[in-house]
Amino acid sequence: MIGIVDYGRGNLRSVEKALEKVGFEVKIMTSPEELRGVDGLILPGVGAFADAMEALKQGGWILPITQFARSGRPFLGICLGMQVLFEIGEEHGEHAGLGLLPGRVVKFPPGGKVPHMGWNSLNLEQPCPLLEQIPNESFFYFVHSYYAEPNEKSDIFATSDYGVVFAALVGRDNIWGAQFHPEKSSPWGLQLLTNFGKLVNDYATLSSH
Amino acid sequence: MLSKRIIPCLDVHEGRVVKGTNFVQLRDAGDPVELAALYDKEGADELIFLDITASSDKRETMVEVVRRTAEQVFIPFTIGGGLRTIEDIRRMLRAGADKIALNTSAVQNPRLIQEGAHAFGSQCIVVAVDARSTAPGKWEVYIHGGRTATGKDVLEWVEEAEALGAGEILLTSMDRDGTKAGYELELTRAVSRAVSLPVIASGGVGTLEHLAEGLTLGEADAVLAASIFHYKEYSIEEAKRYLSEQGILVRPC
Repeated sequence: MIGIVDYGRGNLRSVEKALEKVGFEVKIMTSPEELRGVDGLILPGVGAFADAMEALKQGGWILPITQFARSGRPFLGICLGMQVLFEIGEEHGEHAGLGLLPGRVVKFPPGGKVPHMGWNSLNLEQPCPLLEQIPNESFFYFVHSYYAEPNEKSDIFATSDYGVVFAALVGRDNIWGAQFHPEKSSPWGLQLLTNFGKLVNDYATLSSH
Repeated sequence: MLSKRIIPCLDVHEGRVVKGTNFVQLRDAGDPVELAALYDKEGADELIFLDITASSDKRETMVEVVRRTAEQVFIPFTIGGGLRTIEDIRRMLRAGADKIALNTSAVQNPRLIQEGAHAFGSQCIVVAVDARSTAPGKWEVYIHGGRTATGKDVLEWVEEAEALGAGEILLTSMDRDGTKAGYELELTRAVSRAVSLPVIASGGVGTLEHLAEGLTLGEADAVLAASIFHYKEYSIEEAKRYLSEQGILVRPC
């Protein structure tokens, strides 16, 4: 069972339907107590960094999500849900994120059109389970004005180029973050969600033994 | 690098696609959801549904279309037509739409752009502008499906929309719409340069060359087309292959 955090930000229905489409059981969770029953977790999100962190705080999500991420169960942040994995966001002043990955979230330099909106290709930097069967330079759908700058290069699995080369897929152990929207990136986005679902199933099988 | 987008547009009346479709592989050519799923499979980058239902009491039908689309379509899709309040916007987004397009209501109540952007983020607020030429290099904003002149200058209006928080501009040339003579390139370029938002060119496309011109000479980020795809004059794949041959970066089908 994969849980999706409903904290009032983000197009949950798309993520839910995409996971169902590729054959996984999904539950939209409106309270942190529901986290106990799930094997994998998705944190979606659109909007502003500070606003999302405030909504997570108000909903009592911060500690339970942090504990979930540290428990070893697969965890995926999408778009803004990926950005808040980092320590600091620079959107409308400096704000603390969840701090699960070292690094900051910064604005695209002036010159190009912002938001970065549309289909961009991924450059695969290192192999990982989420990118299995996905060819280099596959296209994914992005909508964002800020991007993550991880401190550790080893946390970057794929990059994309929008004037600057930025981290498009990040991860460490069981914690993953996608700047793009896999649920809106047919067909390769659905492959990535399939790969995430497999990680969740593997974890569930392993932990039941 | 960021690719250019091809966006088929579906006109929907009381839950049915109204402009004819020549897709033989569809069970029901009038079902917008089935057509949308086919366009997704064929490699369309996004979809726009334009609800042309006149009476607002039948609008619930469109919410149902959106709900069903979200179950089967895994590319972004936008809903436009008849959305007047924050509540209207919220309903469409909750049903699964990624963006909503505001036209008449945004002109009559520009604060709707601001409130929508604040509540749901700029990325989901598309401002649709129907433009008609009034003098060389001058265009006027029309509303009510192109029937009512507003006296507003198009370039001033798109700048205002951007300042209010719009995330994208859907620009239709009323002079070219339905003519198949090509996008109005001068207008498209002027709007693309006036704002730093993505601009979708619309109105007048008849050939693949027109798509390319909209993206190059028009400087648009995306091109919208209806009839050339619905009537199978060209497939999405043919369009993308042509654009790619012209050196324009598109997402392969």
